[in-house]
Amino acid sequence: MSMTKSSLLTARVGGMALLSAVLALAPLGFANAYYYDVAVGALFNAIICVGLNLLIGYGGQISLGHGAFFALGAYGSAIATSRWGVPPLAAMVASATLVGLMAFVIARPILRLKGHYLAMATLGIGMIIYIVLKTEAQWTGGPDGMGVDPLAVAGLALSTDRQWYWLSAALLLLAVWLSLNLVQSPVGRALRAGHGAEIGAQVVGVDTSHYKVLMFVVSAVFASVVGSLFAHKNGFITPDIASFHRSIELVTMVVLGGMASIFGSVLGAFILTLLPQMLTAFDDYEAMIFGAIMMGTMIFLPKGLLPSLILLIRKRMGGRS
Amino acid sequence: MSLLAVDGLSKEFGGVHAVQDLSFSVEAGTIHSIIGPNGAGKTTLFNLITGIYTPSAGRITLDGTDIAGKSPSQLARLGMSRTFQNLQIFFNMSAVENVMVGAHLHVDRRFWLSLLRLPSMVRGDRACREECLRLLDFVGLAHYAEAEASAMPYGALKRLEIARALAARPKLLLLDEPAAGLNATESREIDEVIKKVAGQGITVVLVEHDMKMVMGISDHILALDYGRKLAEGTPAQVRANADVIAAYLGAHA
Amino acid sequence: MAELLQYLFAGLTSGAIYALAGLGFAIIYNASHVINFAQGEFIMIGGMATATLTAAGVPLPAAILAAMALTMLVGVALEKFAIEPARNADVVTIIIITIGASIFLRGAAQVVWDKEFHALAPFSGETPIRILGATLMPQSLWVFGVSMAAIAALWWFFNHTLFGKAMLATSFNRLAAQLMGIGVKKVLLVSFALSALLGAVGGIVVTPIAFTNYEAGIMLGLKGFSAAVLGGLGNGMGAVVGGLIVGIAEALGAGYVSSAYKDAIAFVIILFVLFFMPNGLFGKKGVDRV
Repeated sequence: MSMTKSSLLTARVGGMALLSAVLALAPLGFANAYYYDVAVGALFNAIICVGLNLLIGYGGQISLGHGAFFALGAYGSAIATSRWGVPPLAAMVASATLVGLMAFVIARPILRLKGHYLAMATLGIGMIIYIVLKTEAQWTGGPDGMGVDPLAVAGLALSTDRQWYWLSAALLLLAVWLSLNLVQSPVGRALRAGHGAEIGAQVVGVDTSHYKVLMFVVSAVFASVVGSLFAHKNGFITPDIASFHRSIELVTMVVLGGMASIFGSVLGAFILTLLPQMLTAFDDYEAMIFGAIMMGTMIFLPKGLLPSLILLIRKRMGGRS
Repeated sequence: MSLLAVDGLSKEFGGVHAVQDLSFSVEAGTIHSIIGPNGAGKTTLFNLITGIYTPSAGRITLDGTDIAGKSPSQLARLGMSRTFQNLQIFFNMSAVENVMVGAHLHVDRRFWLSLLRLPSMVRGDRACREECLRLLDFVGLAHYAEAEASAMPYGALKRLEIARALAARPKLLLLDEPAAGLNATESREIDEVIKKVAGQGITVVLVEHDMKMVMGISDHILALDYGRKLAEGTPAQVRANADVIAAYLGAHA
Repeated sequence: MAELLQYLFAGLTSGAIYALAGLGFAIIYNASHVINFAQGEFIMIGGMATATLTAAGVPLPAAILAAMALTMLVGVALEKFAIEPARNADVVTIIIITIGASIFLRGAAQVVWDKEFHALAPFSGETPIRILGATLMPQSLWVFGVSMAAIAALWWFFNHTLFGKAMLATSFNRLAAQLMGIGVKKVLLVSFALSALLGAVGGIVVTPIAFTNYEAGIMLGLKGFSAAVLGGLGNGMGAVVGGLIVGIAEALGAGYVSSAYKDAIAFVIILFVLFFMPNGLFGKKGVDRV
């Protein structure tokens, strides 16, 4: 999605302003700590999805195994802090670095594949990591999971949901800013060009593999960092955070919100995290509703919610003038 | 020394000899056309030169450097650029963004600069944009600058590809059927653009069926048939060549 | 020796189911270039429907027929309401649609039936057969026999009936087939119906051995996909061979190496094939035209 120079600026500044306002004002509607808890979950998902969209929406690739990177970040932090006494921040950085390296090693051969083959390869890797996490109980506590110490920086522990909310909100804004920067830069243009017409990009010197790998690593690192934070906040993690279902959830959020739309990913993540909360009456039907949303969005709104919404607004405004 | 030299080039696809033992050279600063009936091997030759295919045999040199089998992005670094018969436009971007991608090798594309949106990157981007707007004007597309590529007409897109190729600052520009699918007016416009490009000192090699265009702008013509060289020379020489007339031109010379 | 034989029996049994699933993938892929992530759910629905119907007192043959009919209906509905409308969309979109369909069907199974495990009585009793020191359950013979019969029937259909050949033609060149008067829409519907039937058959014969529940389709589907990729995406017989190989590899791996990692074997096979021989054992290479 591209616009005139001035409207790009509007999207960046206006979008960030709107998001900041929403994040700052939302707590006014929070009745108790539970609301903060749910909101943090939504913010976590939003950060992962913003990163994932760089790969899927802008890069044109797909990953059905991103839950694995999230889980590796979580378990990395959990094991390092709880078993070896590594300070949480260092553990998070170390996990993210390792996950980034792993993503880099996997990415080159995997991103040579296209379409279905790529999807299945990412799925295969995600599943293998999930099974390893479930099986290597002496490291991970197996299917029953393991406990995690809370996040503490320089002696200050982050323990209330309220504190987590403000931290996560700030991190989301940071993630959005970084992603907007990337997309509206030579790196972002090269990435989008590779998605738009791979050979056309190559003949002007774009090393398309390089950018795909780069986005794979960036999105993996986003997921890992959030995973580490999740582990500390939750105090307890199980291998299910690496499951196929979790990976699909993430892709659905990106797709629902709008591929190649950073704010769309935020919207998609918010909606799909908050929806189950609002549909508790329909608990039994949750899977059916989820599946229906996935199918419905792709069939009727393949561009996703936010881009379709913007298109609609533009048409209306174009009609008036 | 010629800018581009092809020596004994062959390419076969499972028994089909698309290009056989082809040798020719292109002098710098000229407009060089390749003609031939359908199936003569023109597109294969193009794809061999531009790194899409690897030769089965033979050599290709650009400015003395051996380039056979190099990838398209490597060739871009060596100063070669091309357009496509079946457009390779980035439909997910605007016209000016398409051209800006063309300048990829000439902008600062370091990851951290982009990630953190450092002032030097912003300045560089702004300069790149100005340059690309100028290129759009050069090919006559100034009014489409901010338009979505997906909303532009076919004739404009063909010129957009040329603008993008020029943004790469090539020594050698290869145009794959630039007039294909265009009406008479649009063909004339492309004709003008190609002449302007050559006027800038860029060597142009084109594959084309539009004989009027070919005869009008070429300094040198290479005629192919069944993957082999049929004839080469100035437009006048090729036009008069009996083999060429028999194989291709018919009564339209 | 007895141990090896035991593992082989187990491997061939599950392999037969993977073969059916893989073949189902291949049929749909050939007709539409879609990877149907809901293939596993066809297996699940076949098994669940039969199990719950017989538990409710319906005689086995009637339950089987009803289950097959239901699954075929689901397959056709999937094609009509989820795949057809998105026929021109790109690969990622369609992948998400079929994943969404599989989630939807799992959710529906949860609602229509329940989350419990369901069993089915073995068709011809539970007396194990002893062969060279290894035991073979009679149901395994059913699984293998029925699967091979279904595959043979399909082979005959594709190669010796007019409509079957028309379907093959469509997979080679859709436009040409259309111009020859072959109803491509019908081919699509039939391909989904056939895949659903194959899945259902697999689910029905395997349920007496491995209980079924609403989530049974996930792993079966993914392993069936492994079979299809191993055989060469789009090659039906390849998928069958692939399925048997995956089944045997799993059983041998679980027996001799590590039973905890049994499920991972199919995924390792997927990765191996995708990295080193993406066209599988029997697939063909294509050249991109620029």
